[in-house]
Amino acid sequence: MTTGKTGEPHDRVDGRAKVTGQARYAGEFTAPDLVHGFVVGSAIARGKIVRIDAAEALALPGVLQVYTHENTPRLAWRDRSWRDMVAPGGSPLRPLHDAEIRFSGQPVALVIAESFELAREAAGLVKVDYEAAPHETRLAEVESEAHEPARGKKGYTPPPKPRGRADEALAAAPVRVEATYEHPPLHHNPMEPHATTVIVEADGSLTIHDKTQGVSNSRDYVCKVFGLASDQVRVVTPFVGGGFGSGLRPQYQLFLAVLAARELRRSVRVVLSRQQMFTIGYRPWTRQRVALGAERDGRLCALIHEAVGNTSRFEDYCENVVPWSGVLYECPNTRLEYGVAALDLYTPIDARAPGAVTGLWALESAIDELADALDIDPLALRLKNYAEEDQDHRRPFSSKALRDCYREGAARFGWHRRTLAARSMREGALQIGWGMATGIWEAQQAPSQAKALLTVDGRLHVASASGEIGPGTYTIMSQIAAEQLGLPLAAVRFELGDTALPPAMIQGGSATASSVGSAVLAVCRALQHTLLKLAQALPDSPFGGRTLADVEFVDRGLRLRSGVAPAVPLAAIMRHAGLGSIAEQATAIPDLARQSRYTSNAHSAVFVEVAVDEALGTVTVRRVVSAVAGGRILNPKTARSQILGGVVWGIGMALEEHSMLDHGLGRFVNHNLGEYHVPVHADVPAIDVVFVEERDDVVNPLGVKGLGEIGIVGVAAAIANAVFHATGRRIRELPITLDKLL
Amino acid sequence: MNRFGYTRASDVGEAVHAAANGDAAQFIAGGTNLVDLMKERIAAPSRLIDITRLPLRAVKSLPDGGLEIGALVSNSEVASHPEVVSRYPLLSQAILAGASPQLRNMASTGGNLLQRTRCYYFYDAALPCNKRAPGSGCPARDGVNRIHAILGASEHCIAVHPSDMCVALAALAATVHVTGPAGARAIEFAEFHRLPGDAPERDTTLQPGELVTAVALPREGFAAHSTYLKVRDRHSYAFALVSVAVGLRMVDGTIGEARLALGGVAHKPWRDPTAEALLRGQKPDDALFAAVGEHLVRDARGCGHNDFKIALVRRAVVRALQQAVAGGPRA
Repeated sequence: MTTGKTGEPHDRVDGRAKVTGQARYAGEFTAPDLVHGFVVGSAIARGKIVRIDAAEALALPGVLQVYTHENTPRLAWRDRSWRDMVAPGGSPLRPLHDAEIRFSGQPVALVIAESFELAREAAGLVKVDYEAAPHETRLAEVESEAHEPARGKKGYTPPPKPRGRADEALAAAPVRVEATYEHPPLHHNPMEPHATTVIVEADGSLTIHDKTQGVSNSRDYVCKVFGLASDQVRVVTPFVGGGFGSGLRPQYQLFLAVLAARELRRSVRVVLSRQQMFTIGYRPWTRQRVALGAERDGRLCALIHEAVGNTSRFEDYCENVVPWSGVLYECPNTRLEYGVAALDLYTPIDARAPGAVTGLWALESAIDELADALDIDPLALRLKNYAEEDQDHRRPFSSKALRDCYREGAARFGWHRRTLAARSMREGALQIGWGMATGIWEAQQAPSQAKALLTVDGRLHVASASGEIGPGTYTIMSQIAAEQLGLPLAAVRFELGDTALPPAMIQGGSATASSVGSAVLAVCRALQHTLLKLAQALPDSPFGGRTLADVEFVDRGLRLRSGVAPAVPLAAIMRHAGLGSIAEQATAIPDLARQSRYTSNAHSAVFVEVAVDEALGTVTVRRVVSAVAGGRILNPKTARSQILGGVVWGIGMALEEHSMLDHGLGRFVNHNLGEYHVPVHADVPAIDVVFVEERDDVVNPLGVKGLGEIGIVGVAAAIANAVFHATGRRIRELPITLDKLL
Repeated sequence: MNRFGYTRASDVGEAVHAAANGDAAQFIAGGTNLVDLMKERIAAPSRLIDITRLPLRAVKSLPDGGLEIGALVSNSEVASHPEVVSRYPLLSQAILAGASPQLRNMASTGGNLLQRTRCYYFYDAALPCNKRAPGSGCPARDGVNRIHAILGASEHCIAVHPSDMCVALAALAATVHVTGPAGARAIEFAEFHRLPGDAPERDTTLQPGELVTAVALPREGFAAHSTYLKVRDRHSYAFALVSVAVGLRMVDGTIGEARLALGGVAHKPWRDPTAEALLRGQKPDDALFAAVGEHLVRDARGCGHNDFKIALVRRAVVRALQQAVAGGPRA
């Protein structure tokens, strides 16, 4: 029997379904009346559509309709109806709303046909004439016009006020480093493209399978935009083939599929092509200036971090890039600033560890530069400036085992064997470099609900409208529930991704384990409570006057912790009460009164070895050690996979990934996976993941901090620092492609 | 993808005849490139002539000591064929440096010769491109041109030929056998691909309706001293930024014969006999190799993002020659 304990490594409970094709994704659901849509995107970046000629497309047998701004019905009028739960401030895109073009690739028509292939062919026959207007897609050209982001984006916190006098302290500092760091726009490129299948039910209601990280967000968006009651729309998304943030907001294919389904009164599927995946959100292009001042012994006396990220002209996407710099190191004088600058591109969207990936790339590169300027070991410098409390909020950390990450990571990597000077480690013709960096991400909890049904046959069904974008949600929720009720893992079925289920937070921010996990815990506690009460009614009950603290649920039964008596089977308790099943529902709400007295973050220390072939400029990452303090680890196997995925993406960010803009055309041009490079197996070395012990009873009842983001944070800086150690060349503009090292 | 007719040919004559009957007909074998091009509406053949049943799957020793590879032999089969591995390791290495195992299993020898460029603009039907839509312009010149040509480009096109296999075939001085409406003929490899000039829509010197039937390798395979060096943006599954195929015949410590071809730098595999002549009769030496690298880029011109390729060619040529002298790529 596989027990269902947390803390034990378990295979994914949905693994078999995924690898055998049984798991169904948004673009795989079907209906007898299904028709297919293909999107036509704008060829220009800014201007107006002056004419659309769909005659040739409509003339193809099997083409049902071509929707454009000319024949799309008037829908919701106010911006707020188009604003989804996590929209930034501004006016969201209204696809096919008017003739105005705001970014290259903007949907200008939707072709509906009897087959996907036909729709795609017909889409190529839609002729669009434009009147182009001048566009701007260069960040440097608008950087000086950066502004504070408009309010409204959930999770965004403006930078804290300056502490001390950073500029004066910098000017007076005995040792200073100052540099600008930049990374290009980066697209998420999940394996599953964005897709929506809208099924029109017999009663006219809509069942929508949407690639989303939050079914309720998609449902509410559709209801608001199309003026539908919430009981007319059900969103069902049991599996997502990678989200990484790209599925946080409803993407335009959802709108288009619903539009067509309502107009045609037929089920409609719209799937984006890989090329079209480059017309939705991305990690914004960001330029950052970091200036550090230090005493000769390495103590920081000034820290300035200024960042400007791009947004669109119609929404102010924003993220927490700079606050980490105020919290990670002890420094009396800090000034942190952040602004956004509008380009004629689509609005960026959160991408794995949004903000932290960006900010830590700059901060942790700058710390390395300072270590070099001071001739101090980079790890020693970090330890010297280790923050013991959150200086910006003047409060303690609920837990912070970062020191253990440094120690454990360094030990496993063999950091003490590193020679200090750049270019001092060599292996034949290769320059070897060892670099490290710190990672940080906030531990969050959001309100979520779950329900549970325990049946007398010993099966437990638990459900919550959470998502499963790949982290292992099905598995850990099943583990939590199985452990609470002493059931084998196989006896638990966890259901998610359906707006008919109790609402849960959107899956993002590494907060699902914390939020939905706490709801599962709460509903299982409710079951425990009921079972104990029923057990107290048993003849000669040993549980009389006992509380939950006195009992434990093991081996499908209930027993006293103190006693030696065998457990009373749960089935016997239920039968005695005449119950075939017990149902409970519970809500887990963060204990804000307590949590707000602390700062709660996950941390990591990343150590990297690179080999650089200096003649050819090629960089090979040869080893990575990622030591993570992420609170309690519910499932070491899925947890490790989370960190592996993050590290791999970090390698991509450091060395390969680049959404290339043709500024003349205002368009991303390398829009396929042949030319947008992500790491392949040959680029990924052995990755050693270690979770250090970290107890935290503040963050949430489970003591978990979430692992979705932390794995990627710091990786790019660690690699850039290793490249510097290998070559003496400091590359401050990602990706570090070979031309930059020639 | 447009609607197209489909014909399955059972012999070469039938295939060539079918091609002659439709002006927009195209042959299809593995389809690893053509199907993508059709999906993107870059190729819109009126008819596909399936040649996968043609008897072009043999690898045969030739009376002159050479080796003939049928046009339908898969890239995987060529790369692992014992005669190729032992006598033409350069070819094997070059093939294995390209694509992925899945693609190499599907891709044919003839099809590899006819791969089209991976220029971003060529692949985006919403944009101008002289190769795809003659006369529409070349946005790459002033656009994103990191992967583009530094040698032999024209004002109309700066695209590069994407194949690795062809760079080795150029160095090995292979011959391409074709059959067309006017009969069979043989084309020297150096003459098979062409520079863009004012007709970038034409990648090769094939005449309409001609079918590649085989590639013949001459006897000399430079097995003892050859290498394929591919420099790219990731360790696998990326096209060459610069690649170098080198074959040397060493005679008593002196270079008796030298072959050198470059990939990733031009509209065709770039072979420069004058550079090879610099090596012939010389003792291997880094200064000599550097001079050869310098000579190869004497007329090179960058467009901005690809300027680095000029320096990269110089360095890659030196490295490849060093490796070839030593016997092959480092383990």
